Amino acid sequence: MSRPAAAGAGEWELEAPAPRRAASALVDPPWVRMALLGVALSFLLLFLWLPFVTVFVEAFSRGWRVAVEAVRDPAALAAVRLTLLVAAISVPLNTAFGVAAAWAIAKFEFRGKSLLVTAIDLPFAVSPVVSGLVFVLLFGAQGLLGPWLQQHGIRIIFAVPGIVIATTFITFPFVARELIPILEEQGHEEEEAAISLGASGWQTFRRVTLPNVSLGLLYGVVLLNARAMGEFGAVSVVSGHIRGQTNTIPLHVEILYNEYQGAAAFAVASLLALLAVVTLVLKQLLEWRMGRRARAAA
Amino acid sequence: MAIEARGIHKRFGDFVALRDVGLEVKEGELLALLGPSGSGKTTLLRILAGLEFPDRGSVHQDGEDATVRSVRDRSVGFVFQHYALFRHMSVFENVAFGLRVQPRRMRPGRAEIRARVEELLALVQLEGLAGRLPSQLSGGQRQRVALARALAVRPRVLLLDEPFGALDSRVRKELRRWLRRLHDELGITSVFVTHDQEEALELADRVVVMNHGRIEQEGTPEQVYHEPATRFVYEFLGDVNVFHARVDRGLARVDDALFLIGEQEGAERASIYVRPHRLEIHRRPTRPEDLRARVLRLNAAGPTVKVSLETEGGELAQAEISQEQHQALGLERGEEVWVRPREQRVFVEDYEI
Repeated sequence: MSRPAAAGAGEWELEAPAPRRAASALVDPPWVRMALLGVALSFLLLFLWLPFVTVFVEAFSRGWRVAVEAVRDPAALAAVRLTLLVAAISVPLNTAFGVAAAWAIAKFEFRGKSLLVTAIDLPFAVSPVVSGLVFVLLFGAQGLLGPWLQQHGIRIIFAVPGIVIATTFITFPFVARELIPILEEQGHEEEEAAISLGASGWQTFRRVTLPNVSLGLLYGVVLLNARAMGEFGAVSVVSGHIRGQTNTIPLHVEILYNEYQGAAAFAVASLLALLAVVTLVLKQLLEWRMGRRARAAA
Repeated sequence: MAIEARGIHKRFGDFVALRDVGLEVKEGELLALLGPSGSGKTTLLRILAGLEFPDRGSVHQDGEDATVRSVRDRSVGFVFQHYALFRHMSVFENVAFGLRVQPRRMRPGRAEIRARVEELLALVQLEGLAGRLPSQLSGGQRQRVALARALAVRPRVLLLDEPFGALDSRVRKELRRWLRRLHDELGITSVFVTHDQEEALELADRVVVMNHGRIEQEGTPEQVYHEPATRFVYEFLGDVNVFHARVDRGLARVDDALFLIGEQEGAERASIYVRPHRLEIHRRPTRPEDLRARVLRLNAAGPTVKVSLETEGGELAQAEISQEQHQALGLERGEEVWVRPREQRVFVEDYEI
């Protein structure tokens, strides 16, 4: 946001004084910039940093012992395990799906392509609670497939499979959304070159396409993972809230909070907050590297 | 390897890219596909490569039908217009790619790959740059990496899509001569696509001129330049003056000038094509085909003097005369002179004589 006005104007003057006015025409007056900056910063402070700091302050409000106990509680540990399990299933699934969908959309022309693009965005467009309800209606005891599932002794709703399905549904746009523009921008030529040099389809994908999108893919996976671990709405509907069995971290936090165990709730919540920090740092690192690569390519 | 395309038709949606095109590329020759954009030249090249498949017609390699063979199995080296280098791989890895992806039983060993890549980088004069990324190279260097990469798998045909299109004119000329030498050394059958007539005429053994998905003419550079078969070829291969004439009893008349063209059944109009350097300027008329004209502009900067003229009938013409002639004539702006086509071609309606 810093304005190169002083130095810039000086340089201009060496050539001709006239462009000075032209340059300043593109820059807003100082008070506008200050006001915009002020609004943006106070907004960030109020809605992002304050809550974020509060999480940690509250977590340790009754001493670090309470905080550690809350995290080491068997129910909390079970929630952490379940969250990791759900992420470990839905992240690879959605990565594979995202790569396949992005590849199909960016590289081929086919009927219903725009429909597929729209469909990929569906989980972002629909409220997570609605998504969760859809799965209850599908797989629940009174649901469409409920009787058949019961006959075969398969439990989906109020069990781990339901949580995995809901999470996977909610998070499937991340990777595809990240990859489609990158693949579209790159075009087909490098792949054509690879095939003309004798590479098979798989060799082309592994040696040419994948390395070209690797940073974008990682970025998508980081965001996907953060959402998979943090999803609340859809998971809440299908989970059944069985302590130590079907509670993920976000659900466990809610239960603790509802039981007036504020400090414990925030202690567990701080795990998610830390995850957010790690995600943002990773994202920043990747963006920085992508920017560097883009500059190198230019 | 010799290639032959027979009766190739190709359309993209409503756009007909190629209409019944037949082409023969002889073993060891360097052939240019020349035409404006949209003439179908790149599509034809991609069909020869197996990157695109014709709707009708067939492609033969050494007499064998290769129409449905994919690009992997055609032993062609393809050089893309924008090089299509693998951006995340070093120059070395780019060139080695074709060797590394070969099936295990045919794949050369590490040392052999290294030797081959080094040999190729020496061939394209990039020895010191093996470790660079494509983004760290100039356009001309990228082009040569693309060429080395294509040659690595020892293709039997080299296909180049606008190989010098993205380079500035000086590099382009250098690279052009270098490619010609390389072709003479390797003797590999090569086809390149270009929209630059100078490039085609200078580089190729044979030129195929294309327009609107058809072949207008094919022949040696001398043939297509000096004996253009159609108006299009005349206009596309260099500057040309067109004088519009009326046809009357075996004569074509432009203003007061007369050209003997022989009896033309039912023809009323004709166009007379003359290249600027075949247009002489005289002070006095001595022949029936001399045309009266006025000097509009003179430009003596360059090896020749360019004279802009306007005929009596208001048609604009360009003549190119030598500096010596210019001095001998002592032309001035606004002067009346006589121009004499020395080598013209008359197209009557659509019939050519």
